[in-house]
Amino acid sequence: MSHHLILKDLTVSFNRVPAIHHINLSLGCGSCVGLLGPNGAGKSTLLKTIAGLLPIETGSIEFRGHEIGENDTPGRTIAYVPQREAVDWDFPITVRGLIEMGRYPALGLWKKFGREDHRIVDEALHVMDLEDYAARQISALSGGQQQRVFLARAWAQQSDIYLLDEPYTGLDLNARAAFTGVLHKLREAGKLIITSHHELNDVPGIFDHVILINGELVACGETAITFTTENTERAFTTRIFAGAHA
Amino acid sequence: MNWLLEPFQYEFMQRAFLVCVLIGFTNGFLGAFVVIRRLALMADALAHSLLPGLAVAAIFVGLNPAGLLLGGLVAALIVTVGGQMITRSSRIKDETAIASLYVIAFALGVILIRYARVKVDLDSFLFGNLLGVADSDIWISLVICAVTLCTLIVIQRPLLLTLFEVSVARTQGIRVTLILTVLMLLIVLAMLSSLQAVGVLLSLGLLILPAATMYLLSDSYQAMSWGGAGIGVGGAVLGLLISFWTNIPSGPVIVMVLGTLFIAAYLFSPKYGIVTRALRPRHLHDESLRRWEGHKHTPR
Repeated sequence: MSHHLILKDLTVSFNRVPAIHHINLSLGCGSCVGLLGPNGAGKSTLLKTIAGLLPIETGSIEFRGHEIGENDTPGRTIAYVPQREAVDWDFPITVRGLIEMGRYPALGLWKKFGREDHRIVDEALHVMDLEDYAARQISALSGGQQQRVFLARAWAQQSDIYLLDEPYTGLDLNARAAFTGVLHKLREAGKLIITSHHELNDVPGIFDHVILINGELVACGETAITFTTENTERAFTTRIFAGAHA
Repeated sequence: MNWLLEPFQYEFMQRAFLVCVLIGFTNGFLGAFVVIRRLALMADALAHSLLPGLAVAAIFVGLNPAGLLLGGLVAALIVTVGGQMITRSSRIKDETAIASLYVIAFALGVILIRYARVKVDLDSFLFGNLLGVADSDIWISLVICAVTLCTLIVIQRPLLLTLFEVSVARTQGIRVTLILTVLMLLIVLAMLSSLQAVGVLLSLGLLILPAATMYLLSDSYQAMSWGGAGIGVGGAVLGLLISFWTNIPSGPVIVMVLGTLFIAAYLFSPKYGIVTRALRPRHLHDESLRRWEGHKHTPR
């Protein structure tokens, strides 16, 4: 059983116009992958498709030899972390409470929140450096801490794949460094992290692999080899895909 | 003490008291989820759209509780589903679509109710009449209260995941549409149960005021729902008693009691009250001011 996420000939369309098309790539667990491309290149679309939120037009997504289908929710393997603005931070819940929600899919409707669940939640707080904030209401956190709470919840969910939509947006220098630190912790724990990102300067410091897309796949591979001026120029300047939205 | 116990000597007041406890609890408990999900406008739409359903039921089956229940439920469903249809198939946004449909439904209801076979008192539909509670009303309130409480406890986990963030819930395998539909149905049921007490127009107050009050007092959703239920029961019973003593209709009095609590929480909530916040010592600011003053005198 390979611990690889494999996308085969993946096409996703809105109103019959493809947003991303014929994407083929394979990513291994234990890596931190930057998903790069200009606005409208289909970064969010690709993440949402892997998360099972958008229907696949053609192709398939496989993880550990199992196909993730259109009507089949990825369940606990994949944790999708939406953009921070998508969430109502006034939701009446504490940091610990939010992380505990990560255990709900495993517990279903009835199972009691047991000792093992508490241990996993404590572990998530520890890994994400949030122990001091466990009792805080989630609105009383900084942007970087809010992002880490999402990751902690995904950890509690015991996901293998983390999909993050522009998590660095609005974070200052310190928060960025702290956030990169926890992403690397996840990588060392054998997780696969795919992060859409739009600032090219800090790519080598964060990601060991990159995916460059612009409607279609431009390049995918190790940062040292793939993240070249030539490839980024191809992704950002050439208009490879020229589909018009209806 | 006589003045306090006197109201309960009358049978109609005992029935009204029972109904107040039941609907106060149901609405207060459910209201937490309505407030968290920002569904107050939707709930208002549901309340208004009950009227044509009730009118159609009154025309065809008379004032039979089961018929009224079914009519109200169907009308509310037509408005919510219709609202979604308009939103998806045109450029009209959802709050405009729903508001348009419910105001049409309400107008239709006012017209239709004139054609009911039995004489229907429009006033009691609109504003409730707690003193005319029948045995069947008590039973309906009891069943709706039990159904609401049990359902919310059973679906609590998927419901919370859905309310927090729909797309994440979906990736976790939650059937979001099903959960939200169940929540809608519970809102309609709760409103139907409060019709007798406060009427179509004021039922929204019973649903959202206790939860909105708790939202200003607490950072926990459990406290919001159980506390909301407590406020709902207390407010409804107190409103009923004041209404008895002052001879003012019970519906508006109950909503005014709940409204007073809400305004009080808005002003004086220990954490979020505007007066409390204004009176709180500005310790952080003062501390930084002192540090700044200190720095000013240190030579660089």
